[in-house]
Amino acid sequence: MTATTASMSSMLEGRRNRARRRQMVMTILLAMIAALFLLTLMLGQSFTPPAELARVLIGEDVPGVSFSVWQLRLPRAVLGMLTGLCFGFGGAAFQVMLRNPLASPDIIGINLGASAAAVFAIVVLQWNGPLVSVLAVLAGIAVALAIYGLSFRNGVAGSRIILVGIGVAAMLESFIAYTLTQAPSWNLQEAIRWLSGSLNSAQLSQAVPVLVALVVFGGLLLSRSRDLDTLTLGDDTAAGLGTDVAQTRIIVMVAAVGLISVATAIVGPVSFAAFLSGSIAARLLAGNGSVLVPAALVGAALVLLSDYVGQFLLPSRYPVGVVTGALGAPYLIFLIVRLNRTGGSL
Amino acid sequence: MSARSLRVSGLSAGYGETEILRGLELAVPPGRITVIVGANACGKSTLLRTMSRLISPHQGHVLLDGKSIHRMPSRQLAQTMGLLPQSPIAPEGITVADLVSRGRHPHQRLFSSWTAKDDEAVASALAATKTAQLANRTMDELSGGQRQRVWIAMALAQQTEILLLDEPTTFLDISHQIEVLDLLVDLNQVRSTTIVMVLHDLNLAARYADHLLAMASGRLHIAGSPEDVLTEETVRTIFGLQSRIITDPISGRPIMLPIGRHRTEGDNA
Repeated sequence: MTATTASMSSMLEGRRNRARRRQMVMTILLAMIAALFLLTLMLGQSFTPPAELARVLIGEDVPGVSFSVWQLRLPRAVLGMLTGLCFGFGGAAFQVMLRNPLASPDIIGINLGASAAAVFAIVVLQWNGPLVSVLAVLAGIAVALAIYGLSFRNGVAGSRIILVGIGVAAMLESFIAYTLTQAPSWNLQEAIRWLSGSLNSAQLSQAVPVLVALVVFGGLLLSRSRDLDTLTLGDDTAAGLGTDVAQTRIIVMVAAVGLISVATAIVGPVSFAAFLSGSIAARLLAGNGSVLVPAALVGAALVLLSDYVGQFLLPSRYPVGVVTGALGAPYLIFLIVRLNRTGGSL
Repeated sequence: MSARSLRVSGLSAGYGETEILRGLELAVPPGRITVIVGANACGKSTLLRTMSRLISPHQGHVLLDGKSIHRMPSRQLAQTMGLLPQSPIAPEGITVADLVSRGRHPHQRLFSSWTAKDDEAVASALAATKTAQLANRTMDELSGGQRQRVWIAMALAQQTEILLLDEPTTFLDISHQIEVLDLLVDLNQVRSTTIVMVLHDLNLAARYADHLLAMASGRLHIAGSPEDVLTEETVRTIFGLQSRIITDPISGRPIMLPIGRHRTEGDNA
């Protein structure tokens, strides 16, 4: 009996330690997001000291500063953060669901599906505003369904989804490039936004659909996060634990595609943002609880940081997607080499 | 004594169009250990998978207390019936305590918090499987035998009256096989858990089963006590193998000695 009590207390202590570590990871991520958010607000063509920034934010008109903070920097910071949350959240949901870090929506073509629809709507149909987002979401879901359908043979295997998805992504990318060349007066800024993602044309009003997506689809994902976590033990084990595997898959997929597509419709398919966030969060947590919310936080920090690096720390100005792409590509190679050896999971 | 009745009636099932089980009828004796044996591809795993709802039947039912399990809410079923599949996956870096805690999943509601009852269930599962001292280790640090005990602990934390296991001893060396099977007997005796499992090894099956089900090409060939089921005739029918059955001096149960073309003393006599 005493042995049981002793081992129980050691078990409880172990859990407390792990909970504390998780708390610490989340706190550091939140602090990083806050710091990067403020940094984005303070730095532009010129530096705005915190006191002056505070005056601008409470509504005072500071000549020369108010404009750049309200029109340029705040939209950038807000959209960078919100779309980063979406990419991280949706990406991790896919990676957990398919038990493979390569099963990220930006690798299997879901971002590019949304992006292709947005480009088509803007260039060919001459649409704008929320309709573009709606079409992007529908296209994201359609691409996800198509990949799912094409990979179906006696059930769906994660590896088949990834291979089919990579093929679909390549096709969509060439479709986007082709459509852009047909545009009557396309500029390089726009082209880059739809090919690799950029915050350069961010406007504050665009935050609304992203926020709605986060509440609706993010809420849906969180309500399924326990079921989703059982899927990491394998489909059979999850079913044995009372998870409705097929239903969970569909709900998680729709929610994750929704998050990714809305964010993509606004800032473009920020390269590897989803892929990197989930993997980084998994490393930070090391099997310590659900990876969804931490991945969303990593996503926000990553997009803000990459945008900052792209704007100010490199010899010339690069959009955020170029920086995340440069970070993601070597990691992708590292991961493929490692997976080849271990056959490991997220 | 577990009062749950688990029965299979007119069951046909398989993968896609292929039918593997054909018109199966059987009853699982409550509170006992039932072992399913048979040659490769005879449908023993398919039967276990259909009984645990991983496969939907083409025809017939799996009945728990008279109700079809394929029409029950999955969470409710998981509170009564646990399953340890053949190759469960341990997520990278997960600790033993966290993994065993996953067994509480069917008892938890959306956003409900973890209770002292959950802690007790996990602690007692760890104690029963002698894995308590491993609680804060990660799964990748453990040996195959330890890992299998942890998976069983997870199923125990689920606190179900019925536990289904698909070849729980595969990939384990003989000492760990015995350890796992002994553990299942403990569980059956202490908690009166009804156990149904698929085993590859006929002799271990005969030693550990209260009730044996011998399958051949998608049908139940014979069911009953090990003495009734493990006969030279059964071995010939389900494996196409000549054999001799003797009494195991250790357990008093029947034991099968295979007769091949070589290395048989009677060969030249």
